[in-house]
Amino acid sequence: MDARTELLGLLRENARYSISDLARLTDLPEATIEATIADLEDEGVLRGYQAVVDWGQYDSEPVRANVELNVALDHETGYDDIATRLAKFEEIRALRLVSGDYDFELEIEADSMSAVSRFISEQVAPVPEVTQTVTHYVMESYKENGVVFDDGHDDDRLSVTP
Amino acid sequence: MTNDRLANRVQGVPPSGIRRFFELAEEMDDVISLGVGEPDFTAPSRARAAAIESLELGRTSYTANRGMRQLRAKIADYVRKWDLSYDPDDELLITTGASEGLDLAFRALVDPGDVVAVVQPSYVSYAPGVRFAGGEVLEVKTRPEDDFALTTDVLEAAGADRADLLVCCYPNNPTGATMTDTQIEDVVPFLRENDIFVLSDEIYAELTYDGSHTSFGSFEGLADRTVVLSGFSKAYAMTGLRLGYAMGPADVIGAMNRIHQYTMLSAPTTPQYAAIEALTECDDAVERMRTQYNRRRNFVLSRFEEIGMDCFEATGAFYAFPKAPIEDDTAFAENLLEAERVAMVPGSVFGDGGAGHLRVSYATGLDDLRVAMDRLESYLG
Repeated sequence: MDARTELLGLLRENARYSISDLARLTDLPEATIEATIADLEDEGVLRGYQAVVDWGQYDSEPVRANVELNVALDHETGYDDIATRLAKFEEIRALRLVSGDYDFELEIEADSMSAVSRFISEQVAPVPEVTQTVTHYVMESYKENGVVFDDGHDDDRLSVTP
Repeated sequence: MTNDRLANRVQGVPPSGIRRFFELAEEMDDVISLGVGEPDFTAPSRARAAAIESLELGRTSYTANRGMRQLRAKIADYVRKWDLSYDPDDELLITTGASEGLDLAFRALVDPGDVVAVVQPSYVSYAPGVRFAGGEVLEVKTRPEDDFALTTDVLEAAGADRADLLVCCYPNNPTGATMTDTQIEDVVPFLRENDIFVLSDEIYAELTYDGSHTSFGSFEGLADRTVVLSGFSKAYAMTGLRLGYAMGPADVIGAMNRIHQYTMLSAPTTPQYAAIEALTECDDAVERMRTQYNRRRNFVLSRFEEIGMDCFEATGAFYAFPKAPIEDDTAFAENLLEAERVAMVPGSVFGDGGAGHLRVSYATGLDDLRVAMDRLESYLG
């Protein structure tokens, strides 16, 4: 595996690995790690570093919903145009064009169910190309970004074995 | 004190030294154990699903003594990547873990009084297995300066020319050592000239990080005098499913099967279905695990270097084998456990050849490895 792919894998696993840890894990010099990460950031491959939050363990929890969105294109408006408009809304945490029964999938986050509903009805649905929205509220999250939300104590191995 | 009711050959074998250390560790809370000799991953989901499906279909009968024909054929194909060529009908036997294969091989090959050279440091079961079969154990101590590889020098120094059988394990537990083509080729003349049969435990073959695995059974001068043992425990994280296999000359595998058919009848059926799926569809899972182990290996070796502990570059299995900072490895391991709640297994548990070292398993998540190494560093001050 080349250094770029290796580093992307490691940072996706844990974006808080220190440069020293990344050097130890890959057996590469720290300078190489720093330069490679800088390149990946400059090229727009690495777009950010964020926390994985298990809201169920926190005092308050935002309301999250996944929205299926259908749009009608015309010769002047393509998917990218619509996506550019939608991406500007802070409430939309993720926006993807997908194959299948609908065109876009959105991840929405707001303080309350009414705030989510209002956002969709007042901001998303009125977009001229949008023909249909179907909203699914998130009820429970078991895994996010590859991290399983369990108690982390499922190692049933004996503590010392030959 | 002897017990008249028990056979002498059993009483002559002491309980495993690892037991005492296990009991010490179990008594304490908040221990980070780098003492575990099995993967921290679970069997690939497809293999687990195949096992469940076989149960739902009611596949709960015995299989053929030698194991399911389909599985034997799969294994024969799979091991070709290591230049091994075996007839799945006559030269391959499915066993209940590689451990059963080990016991069968000893019973098939060792007569009372036969001398069995055991490469040390080594997995704790070899010497007792030899003694249970009535053999005499001859220790062949590999050396840190050879990166714990087997050499003609250490064979000669041990007087292994009088051995009938040699037991070795590369990639090695507990050292993490591997052997290259050239290193194995160098010992072939000694083994042939002295007419020594070889029992090669290659259970860690998939966990090789520097180049690819070389099997003792792949050498022209050794193939006719080697039984290779392997299994699904380490590569596929299937330790609890207890499935292994033995490969070698038809007469020896036939003799092992004769014992197996009277004592075990057949290896458990459910894991055989899991194993077929593992060999067919789970290469990517093996690769993912190997990648993780290799990262942790790099991490642990780097930390030993930073801490100033002398550790050779282990290139296989999931163990590092640093030199203990004091001569008494048992005292060091016990003190470290007591003071810092970090368990590393004393090397002397794996025979005198391991004395003065510690076995550090990196079959543990990186977060724990990091904390354990920090605690070690703080202990050494």
